[in-house]
Amino acid sequence: MNWNTLLLMRQELVLTTVILILLVVDVIVKNKKSLNIIAILLFGIYTILGFFPSGNNELFGGMYKNTELIFAFKNILNIGVFLITMISVSWVNKKMLPLNKVAEFYALMFSSYLGMLFMISAGHFLMLYIGLELATLPVTALASYDMFNRKSSESGIKLLLSAAFSSGIFLFGISMIYATGGSLYFNSIYGNIAISYLSIMGLFMIFAGLAFKISLVPFHFWTADVYEGAPTPVASYLSVISKGAAVFVLMILLFKVFSNFIDLWIYLLYGISILTMFIGNFFAIRQTNMQRFLAFSSVAQAGFILLGFLSADQVAVSAVVYFIAIYVLSNILVFAAVQSIGLASNKYNIEDYNGLYRTNPLISIALMFGLFSLAGIPPIAGFFGKFFLYTAAASKGFYLLVFIAVVNVTISLYYYLIVVRAAWLRKSDNPIQFYKSDIFMKISLVIVSTALLVLGLFSPFYEYIFSISNI
Amino acid sequence: MLEYTLLILLIPVFLFIFLGFNFKRIKEPVSGIIGTVGLGITALISYYTAYLYFSGGINGAIVDGHYAKVYALNTVWIHFSQTLHIDMGILLDPISAMMLIVVPTISLMVHLYSIGYMHKEEGFTRFFAYLGLFTFSMLGLVLATNLFMIYIFWELVGVSSYLLIGYYYNKPSAVLAAKKAFIVTRFADFGFLVGILMIGFYGKSWDFGVLTSEEFITNLSHTFGPAFMGLSIITWALIFIFVGGAGKSAMFPLHIWLPDAMEGPTPVSALIHAATMVVAGVFLVARLFPLYYFMDEGAALNVVAAVGTFTTIFAAVIAFTQYDIKRVLAFSTMSQIGYMMLALGVSGYDGHEGVGFMASMFHLFTHAMFKAMLFLAAGSIIHAVHSNYMQDMGGLRKYMPITHITFLIGALAISGVPPLAGFFSKDEILAAAWEKNFVVFGTGYLVAGMTAFYMFRLYYRIFWWKDTKYEHTPHEAPKTMTIPLLILAVMTIISGFFPFHNFITADGKPFATHFDWIMVGASVGIGLLGILIATIMYKKENILSDRFAAAFGLFYKWTYNKFYFDELYMFITKKIIFAKISTPFAWFDRHVVDGTMNGIGNGTVWISKKIKGLQSGRVQDYAMYFLSGVVVIIMIFWFFYN
Repeated sequence: MNWNTLLLMRQELVLTTVILILLVVDVIVKNKKSLNIIAILLFGIYTILGFFPSGNNELFGGMYKNTELIFAFKNILNIGVFLITMISVSWVNKKMLPLNKVAEFYALMFSSYLGMLFMISAGHFLMLYIGLELATLPVTALASYDMFNRKSSESGIKLLLSAAFSSGIFLFGISMIYATGGSLYFNSIYGNIAISYLSIMGLFMIFAGLAFKISLVPFHFWTADVYEGAPTPVASYLSVISKGAAVFVLMILLFKVFSNFIDLWIYLLYGISILTMFIGNFFAIRQTNMQRFLAFSSVAQAGFILLGFLSADQVAVSAVVYFIAIYVLSNILVFAAVQSIGLASNKYNIEDYNGLYRTNPLISIALMFGLFSLAGIPPIAGFFGKFFLYTAAASKGFYLLVFIAVVNVTISLYYYLIVVRAAWLRKSDNPIQFYKSDIFMKISLVIVSTALLVLGLFSPFYEYIFSISNI
Repeated sequence: MLEYTLLILLIPVFLFIFLGFNFKRIKEPVSGIIGTVGLGITALISYYTAYLYFSGGINGAIVDGHYAKVYALNTVWIHFSQTLHIDMGILLDPISAMMLIVVPTISLMVHLYSIGYMHKEEGFTRFFAYLGLFTFSMLGLVLATNLFMIYIFWELVGVSSYLLIGYYYNKPSAVLAAKKAFIVTRFADFGFLVGILMIGFYGKSWDFGVLTSEEFITNLSHTFGPAFMGLSIITWALIFIFVGGAGKSAMFPLHIWLPDAMEGPTPVSALIHAATMVVAGVFLVARLFPLYYFMDEGAALNVVAAVGTFTTIFAAVIAFTQYDIKRVLAFSTMSQIGYMMLALGVSGYDGHEGVGFMASMFHLFTHAMFKAMLFLAAGSIIHAVHSNYMQDMGGLRKYMPITHITFLIGALAISGVPPLAGFFSKDEILAAAWEKNFVVFGTGYLVAGMTAFYMFRLYYRIFWWKDTKYEHTPHEAPKTMTIPLLILAVMTIISGFFPFHNFITADGKPFATHFDWIMVGASVGIGLLGILIATIMYKKENILSDRFAAAFGLFYKWTYNKFYFDELYMFITKKIIFAKISTPFAWFDRHVVDGTMNGIGNGTVWISKKIKGLQSGRVQDYAMYFLSGVVVIIMIFWFFYN
């Protein structure tokens, strides 16, 4: 290993440095408010660094690897985290500034993200496991960060317990794979593991551990309670970054490491996809709290993502990666709107949004864009995300599943439109008062809305993802 | 290097968005000036591009001495298979380069003219925003690289036409006309879509470069034999595509929307319903010309020729009897587009054989200039007299000299009097028809005379006839309106001398044309005859025309009522389709379809109510579900593995 190969993991190294700097600066700087800007700047530099090209290579004997696709995926998530950082500022200023916990918040979030980077780049099960733990533990702290709010504490402890439980199962699965495959390196397991009772058990336990993160049914129960109680920026982080990273890892495991199990897992995904879409939708319909509503909506979206897995080829990879890129943006947009409204008025229920358009037209437009994109209404990018997922499933002849998915999109349209209707058409005697968002919130809302519109019409992005999509 | 061509599309769409979003903030002349300047820049870029293309300044424009297709830009937009994908791009070839001259020129003139014409109209800015949208769509249509892209812009053109016809939205007749135009063309577009899908399914490509390439067509003719009524499936697809083209180009029997579309402001009629959008059908056939010509030995092309020939005489007959000056021009437009269609229909492919193709494009070009001018002149007359009807006019030559001269030039041009533009193009069309088919030629020849007659009937009734007493003395239009008229008049005078046969031909190779003096004499002769008869009948107020009308009696009444086609369509839609077919369907929809949907909706709500207990809020329950999930999955797959 020399300097050049070490540069391969420069993202992880730089991010670690960023975290350390943040902790040090926290001690030095007197004006705690400026820590927000420092965090954004540092993470911004880190994000930009990600756009310098990188090589295809492995490190530490295959424990860590980087390919063009992994690199691009990290960039997508980088942008997501960057946007969440910008959005967090107003929340942090209001709730954490008085407690002097500004830098901590960002340091924890970036640490968790560091874990995800290792997860994505892992080439070894233990590396994956450590990444997974590093990704989870700081988030449990973040979820209970709103310390005078009982719901937030509840959310933290529930996440901690559920995550611990799922980690246990995940580790158990890994040990079985080691028992049957004789190695923990992805490269050595790939093609060398026979289908047996034990390996099936191992595979599905590992699957369960990741499905927990993606919140697939029946491993999704924590989602609603945690999202509802967690601070909004943390909920959005969980719903897009955490989920996206886990989906990507699952894709690597299923398409590459366990590719000879395809006849088994493809039916598992088929079934789970249907279950997840339906359960997510059925629960989402009845919700009144926005964050809880978005939790179930994100469960249902996870079901759609599985649709893309079914073709198990280049089309599948590009469809899923593209969908996640769009999903990251759309969900962040909606969460940002929810957070900004929640902070200004302390209202989180759908009913409270009645008459929003009359008092705050711009935030209503952003909210509508996000929801339309989640629902998949053309020409907003969300439509193309879903479209490519259908194409992937249909290309292998899963027409029935595509049909079921379309039925589910219709159901989801209903509840997304309920929110839009509340904001745009309903009248209210006591609407949310006009308020002004801070500059970071404004910038991120504008960036994301524009990106959603442009990506819907701008095809080279998909073509690029398609061209690098080989696992 | 050619990326800048994207600006040709971006500037108009920017104008649309900018003016559309600020239509309350930007006040009267400003929005007109912004629109005109923007369009002026677009026009300059377009001219430059066309010049580069024709002069061979673009790489790959001239290959082995003939003009080839150049993809200025092309990206895959939606990907279906290796060969079948929807692209977005800009295609340059002789006809699109020619349209790059026609569309921005007319649009620019109309923008300028509208500053005067729309003065003090409500929604001035909105009008210019719509014009921007239309220009964008029309340019996208002509520059499209593939069938699907052309379809998208085709519909956009339809929408902007709808918006502009219905511009006076508080006037019921305008709203009706807008709806009619949209529905009729939309109905035709259904045929277009079916054709596109058939081509995609059987031909496996939508790209124009592929579709018109020789090996592709040979391949197709070998693969697809006669399928239905002795024609191959591809020929049927082409006929379906032509249905779409016939709808936009107001060919019989889908012509009924065009006369009503005259409810829109006159500049709109000049831009959309005379020069650009209505020739989209001709453009479409020209675009796919090799496919039309070679498949089944031109079976689909014969359909084009037949429809064109019938429409040209049909519309000319109706134009004899109309009194609304804009409608006379509308029917004349129909008739002239029929001319272009029939020229395409009788055209060959190689060298001089392809004179019909060249003549059709030539006529498209010259017609756009003089017909837009005639409409703009009509607009200036209506602006002065405040009426559309020729009974309210007469003797206007004294009051409006510039309008008078330009209108006369236009009328002479369309009648085929040398050396004006219409003479050259019309002569080529007749020559092409002469070589191919006598019926087509005979009809075309007759129509040439009829055109001269009804145009001069119009001219004399407006400018001579009698000295009408006007309530307000009519006066010449403002400069913004007369300047475009004069520019177009110059174009009308000189555009006939463009050597089209060197640039725009079916196979891209230049060929030599020669004047057939007998043909020239014959076509000029019949034009002059028509003018002569019109002069006798209409120069001074007299009762000759009434006598003729009385002599033809029933036929006159028929013609006056446009052969009752509107009534026929009304009968079919209201009495047959709505009453006999739609009503039962509506019942089915309301009770069975809605019932099922409501059932599903209620079922969903019911289920979600029943299962809410699962989400208990207790972590131990969640762990329980988690574990059972894992166990059940493992059990199931163990069972299968067994």
